[in-house]
Formats: sequence, C-alpha cells, structure tokens
Amino acid sequence: MIEDKYGITIGLEIHAQLLTSTKIFCSCDANVFDREPNSSICPVCTGQPGALPVLNEEVVRKAVMAALALNCKINRYSRFDRKNYFYPDLPKGYQITQYFYPIAENGYLNIKIGEGNKKIRIRRLHIEEDAGKMLHSSDNITQATHSLVDLNRCGIPLIEIVTEPDIESPIEARLFMEKLRDILRYIDVCTGDMEKGALRCDANISIYNKETLERSSRVEVKNINSFRFVEKALDFEADRIKKMMEKGERVEQETRGWDFSSRSTVSMRSKEEESDYRYFPEPDLPPLIVSEDYINELKEKLPELPDEKIQRFQSEYNLLEYDATVLSSSKKLADFFEDCVRLYNNPKRLSNIIINDLLSLLNEHNVEIDGTKIRPEAIVKIAKLIDSSKISASNAKSILEETFKTGKDPQDIVKEKRLEQIDDEEFLNKIIEKVIQQNSKAVEDYRKGKKGVVGFLVGMVMRETRGKANPKVVSQMIESKLNES
Amino acid sequence: MEIYKLTVEELLTLFRDGKLKVEEVINVFKERINKIDENVKAFISVLEPDTPEIDAKLSGIPYALKDNILAKGTRTTCASKILENYFSVYDATVTKKLKDSGAILIGKTNLDEFAMGSSTENSAFFTTRNPWDLSRIAGGSSGGSAAAVACREVPFSLGSDTGGSVRLPAAFCGVIGFKPSYGLVSRYGLVAFGSSLDQIGPITHSVRDTALITQLIYGKDPNDSTTVDIELDFLRDIEEGMPGMKFALPKQFLEDTLDDEIANALKKLIKILESNGGKVEEVDIPSLKYVVAVYYIIAPAEASSNLARYDGIKYGLRSKKEDLNSTYISTRGEGFGEEVIRRIMLGTFTLSAAYYDAYFDKAQKVRTIIKNSLNEIFEKYDAIISPTSPVVAPKIGEIKDPLTYYLMDLYTIPANLAGLPAVSIPIDFQNGLPIGIQIMGKRFEDPKVLRIARSVEKALDILDETGHLPVPEF
Repeated sequence: MIEDKYGITIGLEIHAQLLTSTKIFCSCDANVFDREPNSSICPVCTGQPGALPVLNEEVVRKAVMAALALNCKINRYSRFDRKNYFYPDLPKGYQITQYFYPIAENGYLNIKIGEGNKKIRIRRLHIEEDAGKMLHSSDNITQATHSLVDLNRCGIPLIEIVTEPDIESPIEARLFMEKLRDILRYIDVCTGDMEKGALRCDANISIYNKETLERSSRVEVKNINSFRFVEKALDFEADRIKKMMEKGERVEQETRGWDFSSRSTVSMRSKEEESDYRYFPEPDLPPLIVSEDYINELKEKLPELPDEKIQRFQSEYNLLEYDATVLSSSKKLADFFEDCVRLYNNPKRLSNIIINDLLSLLNEHNVEIDGTKIRPEAIVKIAKLIDSSKISASNAKSILEETFKTGKDPQDIVKEKRLEQIDDEEFLNKIIEKVIQQNSKAVEDYRKGKKGVVGFLVGMVMRETRGKANPKVVSQMIESKLNES
Repeated sequence: MEIYKLTVEELLTLFRDGKLKVEEVINVFKERINKIDENVKAFISVLEPDTPEIDAKLSGIPYALKDNILAKGTRTTCASKILENYFSVYDATVTKKLKDSGAILIGKTNLDEFAMGSSTENSAFFTTRNPWDLSRIAGGSSGGSAAAVACREVPFSLGSDTGGSVRLPAAFCGVIGFKPSYGLVSRYGLVAFGSSLDQIGPITHSVRDTALITQLIYGKDPNDSTTVDIELDFLRDIEEGMPGMKFALPKQFLEDTLDDEIANALKKLIKILESNGGKVEEVDIPSLKYVVAVYYIIAPAEASSNLARYDGIKYGLRSKKEDLNSTYISTRGEGFGEEVIRRIMLGTFTLSAAYYDAYFDKAQKVRTIIKNSLNEIFEKYDAIISPTSPVVAPKIGEIKDPLTYYLMDLYTIPANLAGLPAVSIPIDFQNGLPIGIQIMGKRFEDPKVLRIARSVEKALDILDETGHLPVPEF
C-alpha cells in the first residue's frame, strides 16, 4: 500500500503575535484588531525618513517567557538584523528580525501521540516585527484593479519559532500547533488565534521512500490559517507528492499556498523566484544583552505549564488523566477549578460539574470562563446541593444555565424552580404505588428474577416527578415494596 | 560693526546687553542671503521664520539645517527628486533641541543627494559654489551648510558627516566643521545614509561656537538607541591650552605625495602645536591603508537598505506604471541620481548571499581592526593630526571619476569607521583658497578635541583684525 511505502518529514515555522500593549519599536497601540485602517501609526512604523526603532522591553520579556516555556536555551547575547525586500506592506523596505543571533535556541515540546509522548525539537526562536496588510479591491488579487495598504499591523511584535524536521505526520503537526497554542496562552504571550492571524504556521514537507530512501524535494506550504487546515493542507500535500513519486515524476522545490476554497495547495513560486534577502546587522539597534538575573526572574514568574498541571491534578486531586487534561486545557479553567477546590474539598464532584455541565455550556455560548457570570462559589454551591442530596446531578446543568444567564445564586434558583429533590417518603409512596400499578408486567418480571426492572421503575418515578425525586430513596422504596408483596 | 561677521557668542552678548534686537539680526542675515545666495547657491529653501521671544541659551540666533535633517512643516528634500516635495511630519531631535534653545531656523541647505558625495555636484537641483572662488566646489556633502556659514549667510549651521561630509566642505570653505563621537548626537530625524557612520555636527566660524552648539544638541535620546548617556562639558576647559599633549601623525597619511600647499599647512600645524607645549610624533598604523575600501563597502551596503523605503508607495515621487514591480523600477530609476544608484547597486551586491562573506563581513572585521588600532594610539597620544583633505577645492566639473572623490575621503573616514570625534579647522590660505587640518580624538573625548582646536585657532595667523576667521568679499 502506498501509505506504508512512504514516510513523511515535516518542519514548522510558526509566527506568533506577542500580546504587548505597544508595538515593538514605537509606542503605537499594539491592539489593532478591527481598528480603522492606518489609525495606529507613527513616523517609526510607517518608515518615514529619519525615523529610528527603539526596542520595547515588554517584547523581550514575552519572547524570553515563550522560549523558557518551550525549554529553549536563552542566548544572553542576541542581535537584530535587516531582511531586505520590497513590498507595499513593508514601509521601510526591510523587516527587522534576528537572523544571525536569535534570542533563543535548542528547545523542545512533547506532544501526546496515543499513549506515548513524542519530543519535537525546536531549532530556534527569534524576535521580529510584523508587516502591514494589503486590502485588494477584489477577493482575488489577480482580478483586483487596485490595492490599499493598512499599516496598523506594522511593528506588531512577533516571535518566529522554527522546529527541527521531527514531525512525521500531518496529525502530529496539528497536535504540535495545538500544544504550542495552549502553552502560549498559558503564559499570556499570544492569543493563539489562528483564524485571526495571531498564530500562523508555514510547513516544510518532504516525502521519502522507506525502502529506497529516495527523498522528494522540500515543499513549503503557506497560508495555513486554522488548526484544522494544518492537518488538511499537509494531508493534501503529502498525497500530492506521494502520487508524483509513484509516477516517477520530479517534485519541484517550491512554495505552495493552501487554498481554502479548493481545499488544495497551489504553487506560489519556484526556488528560482526566491528572493535574496541580503541580511545584515541592524545598525540602528545595539545588541540585545539579557542578564542571568533577568532570565532567572522570568523563570520564576513562569506559571505552571499544562503538562506539569495535568500531572499534579492527577496526584493531588486524584483525578483521571482525561479529566486532568480537560481541566488543564486553559489556565483560566484550571485556575477556576482550583478556586472551587479551595472553597470545597471535593475535587471529583467539582471536576464532574465543570467538565460535564459547565464546559458544554461554555461551548454552546462560545465563551470562556471569565466571560461569564459564573463564579467558583456557584459551582461549589451546586456541588454541595448534590452531595447533600438536595438536588440530583442531572439537575446541575439547568441550574448552571440559569446562573449563567442571570447570575443568580444556585440556591435561590433551586427554591424558585422547586428543583429540590423530593425525599418525602409519603409523597413518593403515592407516586411509586401509581407506577407499580401501571406497570404490572414489570412487577411480574421482577418476581421472575429480573432485578433489572427496578432501574426502569425508578426512571418512571423520576419522570413523574420531573427529575426532582431522590433516586436513591426511590430505588430503596421500590425494592422494599416489590419484596414485601 | 558688521553684524553678519559676529560669532554666535558675540551675538548673544549683544542681545543680552540690549544692544541688538532679534528682528534686526534675522533681517541682516536674510538680506545677506538675498544678496549672496544667487551666486553661492547654498540654500534649497529659505524660510519665513517666527521670532518668538523665549528666554533660552540661543534665543534669536538664526541657523540653517542641511536638507537631510527634518524640521516639521518644512520640505526635506535630501537634494533628491524622489523627496522633492516631501514635507517633514516631525522634528528631528536636533531641530527640537535648537528650537527649545530659541535658535531660529531660516533655511535648509544644499547637499549631495542623500549626502552621497564630496562636492554637492550630486544634488538633483544645483551645485553649491565655493564662496572663495565661485568656479570651485564648496565640498560635500554638507556643501550648502559650509558655504552658508563661510559667506556668513548664517552664523552657524548643522551638517551630517558619514565619511567626512561636515569636515571636508568646512575645510574647502574656510570654516570649522565638527563631527562628534558616534552616539553623542541623536540621529533621530536625520535621513539615514550609513546608519553606523552618520553623525550630525555643527559648522561655525569659531571653535567656541562649535562647543556651544554641541553642548546644546548632544545627549542621550530615547528615540535613538545608539545614543549614549554621558555628561560632557564642552566649554569648561576649552581655554586650557595643550601643554604636555602628545600628537600622532600617521605615516600612512603621508605616503601619498601631498600637494605642496597641503604639506606646508601640515607643517604649519605641527609648528603651532609644538610652540604651544605639544609634542608631535610620526606613528605607523598599517590598517589605515584599508579605510577607503572598508568604507565604500559598509556605507553603500547600509545605504542600499536605508534607501529602500523610497519606493513610491507611501510618500515622495511615484512614477506609476502597469504593475507593482515596474512602478518600483520606474520610480527609483527616475527619482535617484547616478551616484545614489551606483551606491545602491554596490551595496546590494556586497550584501547578496553569494558575496556577503567576501565583502560585507570581511569589511566589518577590518573595521574592527582599524578601530582597535586607533584606540591603541589613544593610549599614548591625545590626538591624531592630519590634513582634512589631500587637495584644495577642485573646480566644478573638474573631477569626473567617482573614485578620485572616494580617495579624497582618506583622512576623514577613520573617524566615522571608529566613531571618533574629529574637527576640521582652517589653518592657511593658498592662492586665495582655504586649507583645513583635522584633529581627531578618542571616542567621547570630544571636549579635548575642541580644546586643542581652540588652542590652534588662537595661534592662527590668518585671523582678521577683529580676531575672526576671514570672510570672502561679496
């Protein structure tokens, strides 16, 4: 089979916009998403004659944080260089980047493949500036009569992360990107939003024949703008190259772009068309020297990262690995969970409510935990109501939903809606008798030894009470009733 | 009393004593410009300045800026067609500092396009003439700024110096041109040519004025990361003379047979130094042989990148064609002059991946060697002396080969490569043409360099009866 015959080699080049208040080399507002074009600009970021860059310290801090979180070695000495090329969204005619001496090197990230871990090495991480944006007069650049330039994005700080070619499948590439996103979000360095361009991924892919070890040229795939497309675009490209190799065709070394509408990759430029960027040291900026103290200080400030947290949640709270992983998927959620545990020491119950009820609610409304009215106190109250058998676990979600909408106290909701579990035996007795009468066949089955029908009868009682009956009590009552007659 | 002949210090004294009014002085110099500039052609724009009454160090003193330094609302052309109609959107740091000091900007001066050249013949608009002989060049690239001070159209001006562009025209025009240590004066708002070499400096007709202006424009600038935080006092010790000082005269500067008049000027300098308690010794600095080669790799390389922003997209000339690439080619082809294009080509070549190691990287290494060998000299000597230029001002159009001009930068380039302070001061006149000599010091010992220049100035035999440097007749 063609799949078994070929191996895949993938390396990623990732750009992440850093979450800083101002731009990398000037004091313009860096939060430019959805802003009116050319409204966050100044002489520096529009490349006016005579303007000079001044490095924003916050950029260095966030880049070092990211590098530490990715297990990189921080270079005490790094430097900026100019990458020269002409394009209308690049007002200086060069991009300031770190080519010769990056701020960090030699890191890695472990991704989870099945039951095991796989280490993906990171070759380097460096700081650079973003370019502006072109707005074409038509959806398709070839049909556009003119283009406009928005320079708001010029000078938004970026880190570029380059992996070693350790990735061996499109799925691994997606998992790597998702893991990277989680980490960058954890340390508050990047929103990780691929659709909005805050996180971008270019992939280099080549295919080799496992028997003959013959290897295709390397193809670069660009314009991958969602986590899903990381996998899709690479799947497409891997297939395309494999088929060419099967037919004995020559694979060009080229840059291809992922085309969303055709779900395929299309050629952008061949190797011969690649520019010579004429890198040289940026004379307007002194070398970037970071002290050991500075690095250590940031190391201490680095929050617990997802992997460590998952481990700790399992050992400290006795959670299943799956639950610990879900709770650790974002720092906000993990913190929320631990806030709950601090108020009420029943991690298992709290974890169940959060994972089963709260998360589905958040997903339905497409919000994050801090975008809601739900506070840890509310979850704790619900957990206590369940634990004291005041409400059934199945009612937790509807109470949460009400709190989510109105911000009301769960206890008040329970009272208002009369959701309190009914354990009044006199009341329940009437309903049970009614249910038994209506289901004489089930009663017969029970007597023939089918003990399982108790569950069915409990369910009927629950339906009659609209879920408010205490199932434990009902179950006991039914059993004793069936046994006595 | 002829007001236009006065130094900045003298004008300030008369203001303070109430003997002169600001409007009066502005009018004197404006009339001077009206009378002379059609012959000299120092100015690209003459301004109609406000004369606000502010109480500051330079209140009421008119000055001119080289037209590659920004002043908000004024045209900053860089003597290039590509920026012919570019209006500055902000003030350069030096402009702001002078404005805050009360100085009044009355014009922007001519230069070689983007400061590339030694004659102003590369200006896209016109060539500035030497006030001492209108058939000769004023030197460059700050030729307009030097000529304007030489014929006293302004009492001082600012120029920029990448390989000698303040000092060479100062020498040709008989005035004082100072290039401060790299990092002392902010480059923010100076249109970049060779960013690691560029430095703004004053052109005056008295060394004390040079110190006074430098004091006001220097200092750490949050907008220029290459400026240094250092406290210097340029005037405090300026009259202290130079007893016991040691001067180095590099052998390499004498190897090419100097013109007689230049050699005589150098002898004259040595005599002045020695008769004022100094000691002059010949030294051997082999790496100086490579300064021109190194400079003409590094400066064009940086320039090729610095000038990439003039692409017809955001501002400046746009020569619109069918598509983006042809618009770039046409805009830059029409907008830049021959010398600028030559240097962009040179720089693009030496930075290209295939040649980077052989040219740019090697030049950087040799630059470090030059820097180190000059610093070694300053462990034993207070200053290095030399002529400013191997020749007196040539005739306009006389030099056709760009290499001849490049080689003229031999004495001035080392200061830029090593970031050192260097001043050119007139020492003599031969056949009616001024000759300048150069004093170059250790980095950040700028006050010492000016103190030596002041001692030399006091000993000059070319001063007029009022103690001023001579002024050409108009």
